[in-house]
Amino acid sequence: MAATPLLELRGIGKSFGPVQVLRDVGLSVWPGEVTALVGDNGAGKSTLVKCISGIHTPDAGTVLFDGREVSIGSPRDAAGLGIEVLYQDLALCDNLDIVQNMFLGREIRWGGVLDEATMEEMAGETLRNLSIRTVASLRQPVSRLSGGQRQTVAIAKAVLWKSRVVILDEPTAALGVAQTAQVLEVVRRLADSGLGVVLISHNMNDVFAVSDRIAALYLGRTAAQVKVTDVSHAQVVELITSGTSGRSGAPS
Amino acid sequence: MSRPTVGGHLRDYWAGLRGGDLGTLPAVLGLLVLILIFGSARGETFLSALNFANLFNQSAQIVFIAMGLVFVLLLGEIDLSAGFGSGVCGAVMAILLTDHGLPWTVAIPAAMCTGVVIGIVLGLLVAKLGIPSFVVTLAAFLGFQGVLLTLLGGGRNVAINDEFVTSLNNGTLSVRASWLLAVAGVAGFALVRLLRWRGRVARGLVAEPIGLVLARIVGLAALVLPATWVLTLERAVNTQITSLKGTPIVVPVIVTFLVIGTFVLNRTTFGRHVHAVGGNVEAARRAGIAVDRIRVAVFAIASFMASIGGILVVSRQSSVDPNTGGSNILLYSVGAAVIGGTSLFGGKGKIIHAVIGGAVIIVIENGMTLLGLNSGVKFIFTGLVLLAAASVDALARRRAAASGG
Repeated sequence: MAATPLLELRGIGKSFGPVQVLRDVGLSVWPGEVTALVGDNGAGKSTLVKCISGIHTPDAGTVLFDGREVSIGSPRDAAGLGIEVLYQDLALCDNLDIVQNMFLGREIRWGGVLDEATMEEMAGETLRNLSIRTVASLRQPVSRLSGGQRQTVAIAKAVLWKSRVVILDEPTAALGVAQTAQVLEVVRRLADSGLGVVLISHNMNDVFAVSDRIAALYLGRTAAQVKVTDVSHAQVVELITSGTSGRSGAPS
Repeated sequence: MSRPTVGGHLRDYWAGLRGGDLGTLPAVLGLLVLILIFGSARGETFLSALNFANLFNQSAQIVFIAMGLVFVLLLGEIDLSAGFGSGVCGAVMAILLTDHGLPWTVAIPAAMCTGVVIGIVLGLLVAKLGIPSFVVTLAAFLGFQGVLLTLLGGGRNVAINDEFVTSLNNGTLSVRASWLLAVAGVAGFALVRLLRWRGRVARGLVAEPIGLVLARIVGLAALVLPATWVLTLERAVNTQITSLKGTPIVVPVIVTFLVIGTFVLNRTTFGRHVHAVGGNVEAARRAGIAVDRIRVAVFAIASFMASIGGILVVSRQSSVDPNTGGSNILLYSVGAAVIGGTSLFGGKGKIIHAVIGGAVIIVIENGMTLLGLNSGVKFIFTGLVLLAAASVDALARRRAAASGG
């Protein structure tokens, strides 16, 4: 394990007018690990992600990337650092094929003309490295893909563009059992290839299946950041619902 | 991945059809049916070389406006002003030629610039102010009708006699040039297809089976060479007075823009981004595409193409009047794009759709006139064909939604 976290948030605070949404939030994302970000609705997960991705600017606290303090003022800054956020409503164009989607906005050209062959080779290689074999042809429009396949394409896009921290917002929320397993497998492989992965999920099975660490938010504060091996299912649920754990149930 | 075969490709194509990806198929089948009907009812006139050549001249304006509209429709927008826009551009050219005595080398570029400026203004209104394109271009439709009337001083008919301009949509190539054009066209297509095939095979990518590549080339040759043969037949009514043979000049003009437009949409970053914005604006924006700039650009392209349509119709009529580009020209043009297979919902369309759809519209118009049917029947029938095409589009969309995801 690396000595410093890839991305570290310290004492992040954010309020919208009189409403303080985040208070003294800390989060560490280590390379090669999946950090699950859990919390009830309204706990501040999305606001935190927006602070990381440059959509919101935090009012307080510091953000460290690779151990250096950085300020993320816009989505462009985040992308520049290599932070990629994959939202639920996948940012794919249905009418374009897999290769076209993976290179959208960053097309490779050869003398002003799109270099389809090179793009196809690179896309194919990226998918192979993630052991994604479920897509029959790279040249089919993504509208023909299943929900799970679409997620894997979106993840592969992040890998292709050498993202270092990938934040997945509820990647399995709309998927069936088999497809969920397929996506989680890719998420795991993503971390194994050295990226820092943040997985936002409500599903404890998913969290325990792939995560190395769990960060729980409770009413805008960090309730805990723990190793997955140190906690039980029930304790995490307790962290989410009451902000504390370990003491309740057992006599102290 | 398995080795591609012709059979496998056909199966994929069939799967695509069933999934709602019909492309140009309905239009091509429709065109064949129409030709059979009119050919058997009025074979001696409809199938004559004279009429065949005439179809190209007749359809030029609609095809050009429709080619421009494909760009706009790809974004899911519409340009209702393209018809009168083409009329205004045609009038600008005619007035510069006659009233100001300027040569065509000035008048034609001026008309084209007028088109580009019109398009940029429309595009800015849609992109920057966020007015729906339907409303912006409806206002422009009324406005341009007025501009045309004003330019023509309340309704005069400006006749032009510039030889070059009138030859554009009336003249023909020599027989030798016609054959050169046909052979060069087929050879060029073959070269592009074979080089692409070889390039993909050399890099170990999945390529079309060679049989299919050859079939496409032979198919194009089987279409172009007999057509050229017909067009090089003598078609003057009285050969003692004059001789009329050769491919109409407007054919290479249309083909040139067909090739350029297809290239832009399929092989350039701009074209890729047009498709992306039409498919999912949000995804395009997140990918860093300047969505507004794409919007303005497609309107500029549409009005530019409409200006060429205007130049060609003025060339054909040798004059411009307050209704040039009016009446049903715009509706026929939108109809041409949609009948050809371009979706009204955005994200799906090709330049060739404008040409095939334009052919369907003109064959209906031309064939029904030869059958001696009145305008009322023609409009009803054309309306039904457009409705059928729009239904195919909407049903294909539903099917695609049902089969994907």
